[in-house]
Order: sequence, then structure tokens, then C-alpha cells
Amino acid sequence: MTAELGHFALILAFVVCIVQGVLPLVGAQRGQQHWISMARPAAQTQFVLIAISFACLAQSFLANDFSVAYVANHSNTRLPAFYQFSAVWGGHEGSLLLWVLMLAGWSAAVSLASRQLPEVMVARVLAVLGLVGIGLLAFILFTSNPFDRMLPPPAEGRDLNPLLQDPGLIYHPPLLYMGYVGMSVAFAFAIAALISGRLDAAWARWSRPWTTAAWVFLTLGIALGSWWAYYELGWGGWWFWDPVENASFMPWLVATALIHSLAVTEKRGAFKNWTVLLAIAAFSLSLLGTFLVRSGVLTSVHAFATDPRRGVFILALLVIVVGSSLLLFAWRAPKVNAGGNFGLVSRETMLLMNNVLLVVATGSVLLGTLYPLLIDALGMGKLSVGPPYFNTVFVPVMVPLLLLMAVGPLAHWKHADLKAIMRRLRVSMVLAVIAGIALPLLMGAWTPLTAMSSLLAVWIAASSVFQIMDRVKTGRPPAAFWGMHVAHVGIAVFVIGVAMVGGYQEEKDVRMEPGDTVQVGGYSFRFVGVDSVPGPNYRAARGTVELSKDGRVLKTMHPEKRKYFSSEMPMTEAAIDAGFTRDVYVSLGEALDSSGAWSVRVYYKPFVNWIWGGCVLMGLGGLIAILDRRYRLRIRAGAQIPAGVAA
Amino acid sequence: MKPRQKRIALIAGGLASIALAAVLTLNALDSNIALYVTPTEVLAGKAPQGKAFRIGGLVKEGSIKRQDLTVRFIMTDTAKDIPVAYTGILPDLFREGKGAVVQGKLGSDGVFAATEVLAKHDENYMPPEAQHAVDQAKKGDAK
Repeated sequence: MTAELGHFALILAFVVCIVQGVLPLVGAQRGQQHWISMARPAAQTQFVLIAISFACLAQSFLANDFSVAYVANHSNTRLPAFYQFSAVWGGHEGSLLLWVLMLAGWSAAVSLASRQLPEVMVARVLAVLGLVGIGLLAFILFTSNPFDRMLPPPAEGRDLNPLLQDPGLIYHPPLLYMGYVGMSVAFAFAIAALISGRLDAAWARWSRPWTTAAWVFLTLGIALGSWWAYYELGWGGWWFWDPVENASFMPWLVATALIHSLAVTEKRGAFKNWTVLLAIAAFSLSLLGTFLVRSGVLTSVHAFATDPRRGVFILALLVIVVGSSLLLFAWRAPKVNAGGNFGLVSRETMLLMNNVLLVVATGSVLLGTLYPLLIDALGMGKLSVGPPYFNTVFVPVMVPLLLLMAVGPLAHWKHADLKAIMRRLRVSMVLAVIAGIALPLLMGAWTPLTAMSSLLAVWIAASSVFQIMDRVKTGRPPAAFWGMHVAHVGIAVFVIGVAMVGGYQEEKDVRMEPGDTVQVGGYSFRFVGVDSVPGPNYRAARGTVELSKDGRVLKTMHPEKRKYFSSEMPMTEAAIDAGFTRDVYVSLGEALDSSGAWSVRVYYKPFVNWIWGGCVLMGLGGLIAILDRRYRLRIRAGAQIPAGVAA
Repeated sequence: MKPRQKRIALIAGGLASIALAAVLTLNALDSNIALYVTPTEVLAGKAPQGKAFRIGGLVKEGSIKRQDLTVRFIMTDTAKDIPVAYTGILPDLFREGKGAVVQGKLGSDGVFAATEVLAKHDENYMPPEAQHAVDQAKKGDAK
């Protein structure tokens, strides 16, 4: 009964979505007030309906209703309750339901927090979001219904993939989806502005806090995914250039470019067309990400099912979204005036370079990700593109970007004086060079890459700190100023983490018998032995490893190898002793012979937590920027968009 | 400079850097791709020489032999077999009779020295590359 209710609510939501996607748009073109004013209630109703549907699916999970095929395939009576709940999005169908829930949530948020915007604009934005929703709801209802029954019901469910039985799964997909789907709001604003023919500073200002919010979620979602891979997959890496990771990273890169380009559009009225294109690209890449991850064309932990019908559906959706928005762009863009002029040395130029570099970086990741698919599709064989490709391409693009990061915020709009900027950066420069020489030596070995990274990180951080010190002398800076600098310092922290892990991590795979000791990164690890320990729905081989430094015992670590009852699949649970300047990481391989010997993997990871710490700072910076007062100010009457002006 | 000249300079500079980036990117791509090859193709001499490549297929039943951290096993597409050696810790889902992908180089002794062993996903999942290898081998039999 619950499942039918959920299904019914979803169908209703689909109908409401059609209303939301069509009527306000038509109303806005014709200037019909009652159709325009339907947008808000439609968006809110739709959110309530999808939330009901989602709650029904969650209830089916918690009640162990295995007559629902999706529940039977992803849950189990012995699964702990919080994993039963997170299992709702542990498979294809449910994760799509989460997608549309997020979309409806963003739409409802726009409908509630847009009182200061012109009614017509809101109607168009919500209508575009509705159109996107129609596509996805149709996808769920016609190809991936989570409420399909399985009769007769099995006595026991197949259980959630053990890899996904982890607290990381509770947060990672929702955060990431909030980011992905949030790009649809930036997209909807851009399309609405294109339709109205008024791409102006006001549009950029409305769009900015939403874009930044989506970017914050995307940042945190990716960071959480990376952290999860680090401790849960037992490989000890934080980024693998896996196509699925790239799928989330590309929208992030473009969204980062978009945030900066929106700044120019808002402040100077320039880059309008470019900003619109970026908004379209960011959302298209989010859809592409969904397609790559969900269609099964990629080999990855995220590819749940291989149903070609689904892949074709998302691909069609992608083609429609990209095709129609580019058509609209081609039709409308020539009417947009170019905006303000600027000098060769100016903040505009700096941000333009930021954009070019980020887009080039995105292009290189896109190439590496799609190239194997393209070659395969053309029947020219199967191949894979390895991480060295991405590292080789990515680093050279990032170096100038990071160099500019310290300079850009100092440049004035329109015309900047390069000499004056350099004068203000003198101290930062000295500090950066010192850091480039000293930090790697302190860590034990000087390499060009760690030196370059230390230099860049300190360069950025010092420049931000000095700018803040200068600025607070002249009164309270706005939130946006703080947000930018917190995010930039986050990048610096991130760079330090990446460089130190890359340059100084130590890794050993060893065979250990009880009593054996191995030395890694100045720590010694004594392997005590392995016991068998029961868990709620698994049995674990639990290792005991004594961590000590300079003869002093620091900690007893317990890496596990779990065998889940419901499957043959073993799971490695690494034991990590986390710290501010280093992680120590132990995971169990396999029992090698009857003497009690195991293969053991031991890592020393200096500054690895700075990677995720940096991401958290970036997210925090974005959050602070959203709180800037000017986003809450009522738009001046002159900026109102008259109904039907572009019809 | 006049605004027009400035704009041209900007565009020219942008195009030049994009062209440079494209050349470097394609170069990096070319040197970092690993072809997937089936065991049958390896034995037919179709594997790249002196370059890392990937073999997709099944881990042959009863073929895993361990000595300390070195593991020897056989990758098969059901028609032809390739012996593989790997030193290190295998992924959780690596097991006999299941699909796997190995990356490395073919030694002169005919043993594939793997630097990476991939076996992801859940136990019922078959990597498409492994499936492809088995399908190819079956097609070969039918001829």
C-alpha cells in the first residue's frame, strides 16, 4: 500500500510538473498574470508530492517490504536501520528519486526565497526547472520505477552492496546531488534571462547566490566522496581520475569558472554571453555526469545497472537540453550588447584568464574521460586513459591559475596598475620563495613539484592575509570579500595537502607474521595478530597492530576484513590514526598461510587531511559569500522586467 | 593600443595558448592510453610491444598460486590463457572464476607482469572488458 501511495504521488508530481513547466512560460510570454502566478504554488506542490513519494520509499525500506523489487535488491532485515534509510539512494532508481527530490527542493527554495525578484522572472525560472523535472520524472516513471513490485516477495532481501554500508554513503550522494541539481538553478536563470532577452547585471546578481550555493554543495560532495574512497575502499588514495570522479569534477570546474564570470557580469556588465554559456555548460556537464555514472557505460562502483534503455533516455535528455539551450542562445545572444570595455591589465582580464584556464582544464578532463568511450563507440578497440595523462595535463594548467589567484583580487576593475599590484605583493613573493625552498627541505627532500606547490600555496595564502589586513583598516569588509578570501586560502591549504601527500607519502605492502614489525615514515607497526569478531550482518577478521614511535606505544589499531553474510564479497576496513600533520593507515590484505601470516598494507600520509580541510574551507568561503547583504536587497524598480517584452 | 588592437591581441594570445594546450594534451593522451587486449589477441601477437596494455578476462579456476606477496594466476577468455604475475595486495573482489582486468607488460618469458589488478563492483558484476574478451573468444569458436 505504501509503495502504491508513493508511486501515485510520483505520478501526480509528474502532472504538476507539466503544469509548472508549461503554463508560467506561456503566461510570461503573453503577460497573463494568473498563469504567471501559478509557478510558485506548482513548484511547492511538486516538492511536497515528491517528498511524500520519497518518504513512502523510505518507509518501505524501514518496514522491510521485500515485495518492492527495489527494496528486495538493496536491503536486508539485518541491515542496521540507518543504512536501511540510506539504502533508499543506494541503487539506480532511488538515487534518481533523490535527484528529483533535490530538484523539487531547489525549485521550492527559489519559489520561497525570491520575493525580491520580478514575478515574471521567477515564473520563467521555475518553468525551466519544471521542464527539466518533466524529463527526469518521465525517466523514473517509464524506465526506473522504484516502486515496482516483485511477486511473490522474497523472504529476505539481497542486502546493500557492502561498499555502500558506510556513514559516507549517508552524506556523499545527497551532497553531491544537491550540487549537481543546484546547477539547474543557475541554468534556469540563464535560460529565463535569454528568453526575456534581458541579460543584465540584475540577472547576474540574482543568479550568483544560487550558483555559489550549488557550488558549495558540489565542493563538499566531491570532497566527501574523495574522503570516503580514501578510508573505505582501502586503497589509501584520495583521487584516482576515475571517470566517475571526473564526471563530478567537470561540473565543479565549470561552476568555479561560472562563479567568477558572474562576478564580472554583475559588476561590469561584461562577459554576458560567456556567462550564459558557462551556466548551460555547468548543467549539461551535471547531466553528462549523471549519464556517465548511471548508464553503465563506465566501469565503476557507481554503475549500478546496465540497462541500455536507461542510457539512451538520459542521452536523449542531454541532447534535448544542450541542443535547445544552444539554439535559444544562438537566437538570442546576438541581441545582447557587449558590455563595458576594459584594459589589458584589469580585474576583468584576470577573471577572463581564470575562465580560460578552468575551461581548458575541463576540456582536458572531458577528453580523457570520453576518449575511451568514443573509440569504443567507433569500434576502434577498447582502451583506458591512465592517471598520468590527467596529471600531465592538469598541473601545467593549474600553475598559472594559482599564480593569478593572488594577483586577481588586487586588480581594479577596468584599469589596473601592474606596478602597484606588484608592490603590494612584494612581501608575499618573498614569503612564497622562502616557503618554496624551506618547506620541502623541512619535509626531508627537495623536489621541484613540492617546491612549486609550497611556493604557490604560500603565495596565495599570504596575499589573501595581507589583503584582509589592509581592508579591515578601512572599515568592515562585506561578506563577499571574506568569502572569497576564505575560499582562496582553502585552495592554498588544499595545494599543501596534495603536494605533501604526493611528495612524501610512504607505502608498504608486506607479509607479516604475528610479532613482526615494519617501519614506515618513522613509525613502527607491530603486527599482533588477527581475531574473528562478529558484526550485525557480517563477521570480521580483526587485526591488531601496535603503532609506536621512538619506542613509545601510541595506539593500538584495528584494521578489519569483513565478510558479509548476504554475499561472498569481503570488505576491507582500514584503520586510520588521523592527525593534523599526518595520517597513519593500516589495512589487511589476505591471510597468506596457516602460520597466521597476513599481507598488510601500511601507509604514512603527511598532511593528507589538509586536502579535505581545504575543501571545507572553500565550502565555508562560498557559504559566507552567499550571506552578503546585497543579495537580500530589493531590486530597484528600474531593473524590473516588463512582462512579455521579448515575446 | 587602440581597443581594437587590444582585443585582437587578447584573442590571438588566447588562441595561441589554447593551441599549445591542445598539442600538449594530445601528446599526453597518446602516451598514456592503455589498450584492452583479449588473451586470444595476445597469443596471436596483437599486443602492443614494449608498452603497457590491459587484459580483460576471467581468472581461471584453480590457477591462483601465492608465494609471499607475489601472486601468479591465469587470465583466460575461455579459449586462450595468459599467465600473470603480480606483487602486492589484490583487491577484495579478485577471485577465481570471476572477471578481472590487469594492466602491465608482457615479459619475454610469456608471463604478463601486472602492475595493477582491477576487480571492482559487487560479486555479480562483470567488467565489460572481461565480458568482451569472453564474447570474442566464443565468436572465434563458432567460426
